[in-house]
Amino acid sequence: MLRFIARRFLETIPVLFVIITATFFMIRFVPGGPFTAEKAVPPEIQRNLNAYYHLDDPLWKQYRDYVWDIFPKKFRPQELAHGLDLKAAFGMDFRPSFKYANRTVNEIIADKLPVSLELGVLSLAVALIVGLPLGVLAAVKRNSWIDYLCSSVSMVGICVPTFVLGPILVLIFAIHLGWFNASGWYEPIDRVLPAATLGCVYAAYIARLTRGGMLEVLGQDYIRTARAKGASETRVIFKHALRGGLLPVVAFLGPAIAGIMTGSFVIETIFQIPGLGREFVNSAFNRDYNLVLGTVLLYAILIIVLNLVVDVVQVWLNPKLKFE
Amino acid sequence: MISLSPKDLPAANLSADQLEQGHSLWRDAWHRLRKNKLALCGGILLLVLGLSCGLAPFFAQSYYENNLELTYAEPGVAHWFGTDQLGRDLLARVLYGGRISIMVGLVASFVALAIGVSYGAIAGFFGGKADMVMMRIVDILYALPFTIFVILLMVFLKDPMQVFDSWLGQHGMKQAQGVGKIILLFATIGAVEWLTMARIVRAQIMSVKKMEFIEAARSLGYSRSRIIFRHMVPNILGPVIVYTTLTIPSVMLLEAFLSFLGLGVDDPMSSWGKLIKDGSEKMEEYWWLLVFPGAIFSLTLFSLNFLGDGLRDALDVRTSKD
Repeated sequence: MLRFIARRFLETIPVLFVIITATFFMIRFVPGGPFTAEKAVPPEIQRNLNAYYHLDDPLWKQYRDYVWDIFPKKFRPQELAHGLDLKAAFGMDFRPSFKYANRTVNEIIADKLPVSLELGVLSLAVALIVGLPLGVLAAVKRNSWIDYLCSSVSMVGICVPTFVLGPILVLIFAIHLGWFNASGWYEPIDRVLPAATLGCVYAAYIARLTRGGMLEVLGQDYIRTARAKGASETRVIFKHALRGGLLPVVAFLGPAIAGIMTGSFVIETIFQIPGLGREFVNSAFNRDYNLVLGTVLLYAILIIVLNLVVDVVQVWLNPKLKFE
Repeated sequence: MISLSPKDLPAANLSADQLEQGHSLWRDAWHRLRKNKLALCGGILLLVLGLSCGLAPFFAQSYYENNLELTYAEPGVAHWFGTDQLGRDLLARVLYGGRISIMVGLVASFVALAIGVSYGAIAGFFGGKADMVMMRIVDILYALPFTIFVILLMVFLKDPMQVFDSWLGQHGMKQAQGVGKIILLFATIGAVEWLTMARIVRAQIMSVKKMEFIEAARSLGYSRSRIIFRHMVPNILGPVIVYTTLTIPSVMLLEAFLSFLGLGVDDPMSSWGKLIKDGSEKMEEYWWLLVFPGAIFSLTLFSLNFLGDGLRDALDVRTSKD
């Protein structure tokens, strides 16, 4: 198991390297820079700006210096207790932002990432809490009206995109019924609509996958054995069937996590949430090179690491996978 | 030594009619599909939606002409879906927006299909080291946060595409304004969505390659290209068609997602994603601006998914979406 984790971990390093290289050269090679959009600045100021952001260095030097700055140089996770400072904890310096004077990308990440993470965790919780029971119920009551109802509900969840569902939920629950605020991220109750919107799609997929997985497992011999032993139906379902039935759901969690992260771009726009997703989209529009690079790398690390965790859980649940 | 050629075999003496007796895969599939009411409904609905979008220029009102006396008209007899802030008929805008959304869905899926099938077929057919390297690349690409790259490309390539558009304008193609952006959408989305197709095609080619009828064809002395195109390709067509129908909705979703973030087509053109974005900004007072485009878009995704699922069941292909 340790060897498996180590191998997968080593594989991620070249991938991250490719991501950062591709992003770096992509944004450097397209026409238009961070300062061309605004009204023309005097040449001296332009020169000072270029010098401050090291844009006057040769490209290879800019690249080398940047990679060196963001490279993790130490490992003190205990520093994270005082706030999400990646520089203090890992020595990763994402440099100052182009757009926000006097702010570093590290500070922006420390500010905005917790919000996005909270949204993501809540959405995933919604997806699991709604999706799993629906799927189990549909599988146990196969081909009854409950099954058809669950399947239709999950089809609705899959086909109504978040950017349609979100505004419609706001229209109904915030504007007409007045139960929630239409936007903002201040009180705990403000979390309800965004998390429900973002979690809904994945709840639908999880319900479908759980149903499929459970149906396959429920037909197997060891379930018949358990029933023959006289185990109660609840015990058969929750003790014996669920572990095998959940395998497809666990496999889906990797793509789901990536989807929730990118889905938050839209959700944060709809609900005016001050998270990193909205910041990323804005930074791309503003050509805030350092912020774009920092957020892309951060998202890539998060997605890859969480995928790794999902893979490990999968192998732990189903050791056969280790040999594939 | 007696040499056997295909025409000496008994089957070769049968007439074409006699050979056609068996049920082909497609006829079986059609029978099964016809029994699936939901898939059939989806197919019919798609046909109706596609035709009304396609034929919109012949019957719909203008989608770009302003009518400032009739801004924000509620849905009614004259304007079934109401009008927007410039008095433009929303039904016409939804139909014209559908043309763009459907076109992006089809063309980008085709791009993905072309890349995926050729990549997968090459990897599967040659196997060995080449296959290993090619599939490892796909694995690595899978781990990349692709939506992020699509967003970056759409933002950063906006200016070059405007240059392209103004070049078109100078060369007497004024009506082609905005084409650059659409081509960009095709290319970026297509370049992202081919990975799963490549995996499916490779797996299919690998399994077909080992089958006995391929060996039989080889022993009959058929040429390599005949084996590939007459025997292998028709047998992997099922999964490819199924997966393509399931790619179209995800491509349309990605296009709408980009449009919602303000990265899609520009005014006065519209796409469903853009209409939903505009509608969600004004929904507090003018609900119809959000509800109609959203409903039509969701309905289309519904139909495509039901049709795709129906086709999968009909062709009995065991492929999972991810």
